[in-house]
Amino acid sequence: MTSLETLAADLRTALGPGRVITDRQELRTYECDGLAHYKVTPGLVVLPRDTVECARTVRACVAENVPFVARGSGTGLSGGALPHADGVLIVTAKMRDILEMAPDDERAVVQPGVINLDVSRAAAAPGYYYAPDPSSQQICSIGGNVAENSGGAHCLKYGFTTNHVLGVQVVTPDGDVIELGGRAPDTPGYDLLGAFVGAEGTLGIATRVTVKLTRLPEAVRTLLAAFGSPAAAGAATSAIIAAGVVPAAIEMMDALAIEAAEAAVRCGYPPGAGAVLIVELDGPAAEVDAQFAEVTALCESNGATALRIAADAAERALIWKGRKSAFAAVGRISPDYIVQDGVIPRTALPEVLSRIAETAGSHGVRVANVFHAGDGNLHPLVLFDGTAEGEADRAETVSGAIIDLCIEYGGSITGEHGVGADKAKYMPRMYSADDLTTMQLLRCAFDPAGLANPGKVFPTPRLCGEVPRVHRATDPAPAADLF
Amino acid sequence: MSWRAAGDGDTVGGVPARYVAEPASTEEASAVLTAAATDDLAVVIRGAGSKLDWGLPPRRLDLIVDTSRLAGVVEHAAGDLITVVRAGTRTADLDFGSQQLALDPRPGATIGGTVAANTSGPRRLLYGTARDLLIGITVVRPDGRVARAGGKVVKNVAGYDLGKLFTGSYGTLGLITECVFRLHPVPRARSWVTARVPAEELAGALAAIRGAQVVPSAVEIDRPERGPVAVAVLLEGTAEGVQDRAARLVELLGGTAVTEPPGWFGADPWPAGGVGVKLTVPLSKVAKLPFPLRGSAGTGVLYATATAESVAGMRAAATAAGGYAVVLTAPPEVRDRVDMWGPVPALALMRRVKEQFDPGHRFAPGRFVGGI
Ligand SMILES: Cc1cc2nc3c(=O)[nH]c(=O)nc-3n(C[C@H](O)[C@H](O)[C@H](O)COP(=O)(O)OP(=O)(O)OC[C@H]3O[C@@H](n4cnc5c(N)ncnc54)[C@H](O)[C@@H]3O)c2cc1C
Ligand SMILES: Cc1cc2nc3c(=O)[nH]c(=O)nc-3n(C[C@H](O)[C@H](O)[C@H](O)COP(=O)(O)OP(=O)(O)OC[C@H]3O[C@@H](n4cnc5c(N)ncnc54)[C@H](O)[C@@H]3O)c2cc1C
Repeated sequence: MTSLETLAADLRTALGPGRVITDRQELRTYECDGLAHYKVTPGLVVLPRDTVECARTVRACVAENVPFVARGSGTGLSGGALPHADGVLIVTAKMRDILEMAPDDERAVVQPGVINLDVSRAAAAPGYYYAPDPSSQQICSIGGNVAENSGGAHCLKYGFTTNHVLGVQVVTPDGDVIELGGRAPDTPGYDLLGAFVGAEGTLGIATRVTVKLTRLPEAVRTLLAAFGSPAAAGAATSAIIAAGVVPAAIEMMDALAIEAAEAAVRCGYPPGAGAVLIVELDGPAAEVDAQFAEVTALCESNGATALRIAADAAERALIWKGRKSAFAAVGRISPDYIVQDGVIPRTALPEVLSRIAETAGSHGVRVANVFHAGDGNLHPLVLFDGTAEGEADRAETVSGAIIDLCIEYGGSITGEHGVGADKAKYMPRMYSADDLTTMQLLRCAFDPAGLANPGKVFPTPRLCGEVPRVHRATDPAPAADLF
Repeated sequence: MSWRAAGDGDTVGGVPARYVAEPASTEEASAVLTAAATDDLAVVIRGAGSKLDWGLPPRRLDLIVDTSRLAGVVEHAAGDLITVVRAGTRTADLDFGSQQLALDPRPGATIGGTVAANTSGPRRLLYGTARDLLIGITVVRPDGRVARAGGKVVKNVAGYDLGKLFTGSYGTLGLITECVFRLHPVPRARSWVTARVPAEELAGALAAIRGAQVVPSAVEIDRPERGPVAVAVLLEGTAEGVQDRAARLVELLGGTAVTEPPGWFGADPWPAGGVGVKLTVPLSKVAKLPFPLRGSAGTGVLYATATAESVAGMRAAATAAGGYAVVLTAPPEVRDRVDMWGPVPALALMRRVKEQFDPGHRFAPGRFVGGI
């Protein structure tokens, strides 16, 4: 038997029926994540139901020296959950229980497969929500959020997943079960929780997550402002920040992105706008009122051509609908597109946007821009038609040039979608060889054998030297079979 | 580059060093640590040295690397709300005009010491701690190599977040030479609502504050041996907003709105030379800790003064509540008798991290959890 066949037989017995997938056809439904142009059919798919089963699966992989990849909802946009042909894909779809809601502690404890928005839904009755809100929040999992350190429109004010995760239970790449952080703050010792969040599944699998719940704001006010150009909208953004206002969100879309959103969801943005800004303020009512007046005035003095203020929740939802559906909407105006996720210092926005336009123009490629203007996280959507000769290559060139621009301006190659399989090749452009080796020291501490999501994040894996013997300290029933 | 023989004051927890180095740049620091690696020297990093005697003494010590010349603000990009600061910079020397680095540093501390000890104060409730504000870091590894992680933009998920690993690492993984932080605007107005609450009503009062949607920057308590508990809530924002929220809290708690914090706000409760304990518990358990303490009821991080005899009882109470009790500082005779750190989850993995970064165990050996 091959290693995978041995594994499949072993896990079938251990986990019971319906939890191990070996059928080729079924396996193929897991061949890619949200970045669909990378495809690999996994060797095996396993669906554990809890920590013990997950640890059992990982130990089986260790015993056969087979790599494993975790997968939540598969919405990742960097190929992070891309399977291994000779490896096991561990899918958390059967780990969807909210284990505990503790509003008195402002905490919730959930299994990793729980959908992001379901946490907020469950927390709403006692007056709370889960702050990190990726646009994919209706489908992405908390485990995936932890792995990607996902952000959302509101992270400008509230921070990212890493600022809202208090603890994770982890199945380490050895198959041990450990707790990092917990319900109380500041666990003694190294902040391994901080290191784990955003590690893209390369340091182990999160099997239980303790998140912080945030009190619902008393008031929320949302404004849609149209401008003649992205540069003008950028100037308004700068003015708002310079005034010392920290909105919950400032999002920008350019004309092409507006056109796509309009075609897809009829969000009713002001016609003819060169760019729109969505500015949202939340907090205590008196505070929000005072700041909202200020933001409105700043938009006007910076050349807003139209202002629309959401009168109620329905109008607010409509304003957000255009923004949140923008990626999918672009599919309506172009058969294929690449989503970039670079970050620049916010003040460089006008300059970088005009250089993106230049590069795109010289290659005859269209770029729609959707971005988190408040923190300089760009999502240029590079449009192409994969069936047209050379278009994919040209789009890829423009996309790479955008990443280089972000690095040139002192930014980052990824603000929230992660490095995954897609951007590993760009890591040496952003970091020195010593930077990357140092990061891999951490990897070697967690995963000396290199079995957890290998090939992601780092362009060249580092050999970790001596691999410690497999130990089974936390085997669910270590002593039971002695008696 | 300045190496010198150690003098009388160059000790850590009573252990004398042989040399002191004062690098003035990351490059010089790299040269110092490369040489120290070649000669197998045991190293302790010294910031302002204000709290160097906190924690355990090192098992061995040859070289103190003093960061006082590694000082100054490299960059303040106001429009991007970030700053780049060298590790030896005194926190008291930082001035960003209408912006602020929203840490509550201890008097005299350096940026490097504040990050390495992950110290925090009352405003962690709203702004988080050093780990949350740090967006980029430059370190020199024990082998002398220079490494950088993160960067100068707030939003960045490229590669591992080594900044978090080094935050709170007490100089056991390497030397921090530069930190990049996100800044916040200085609030236009602030107000403290102070009240006295009977101990048996504390849990209810804290729950009421949480429920009130007033977004406090800090909720601090000072609980004496007996009698009512002092509560102080810091509100920051626009003048109108702060006034409105303060009025609502006054109504909720009784008490008064004042423009200066009470003297105990953010101050250590233990006397100089005493035993200082940090307790962390889930929010709903704060009011259930049955001994005098002070600190951030809004985040569950409290401080208490203890004796060699009382530490175990405090730790038992914190553990029962699902939290931790760490002895921060204690005179040598107490230090020898108590377990400073208490139980540490995932210790085996922490040892493996240490082994990777500092295989020779030369950096602050024995100062950290589990003898790391
Ligand atoms: C339309 C659309 C909009 C999006 N908008 C945003 C946005 O606004 N902000 C944002 O940050 N992202 C966004 N994303 C990207 C994506 O939704 C996030 O990265 C999300 O966190 C992925 O979650 P998932 O459950 O789908 O993870 P997957 O795609 O299944 O996996 C992502 C990574 O996490 C790892 N992983 C999954 N579960 C675990 C676990 N339990 N333990 C350890 N590792 C694990 C995988 O190995 C992989 O590396 C968007 C995606 C789409 C399709
Ligand atoms: C074990 C211990 C626990 C503490 N816990 C707390 C706490 O919870 N809350 C609190 O308010 N205060 C705490 N402190 C005090 C805290 O250290 C000081 O408040 C302040 O951070 C010290 O600043 P300093 O510049 O004087 O640093 P120092 O007193 O010189 O050094 C403090 C620690 O940081 C290390 N260090 C300093 N600079 C660097 C650098 N550039 N790179 C790497 N390591 C460096 C030192 O080796 C030492 O371990 C603690 C101190 C210790 C030793």
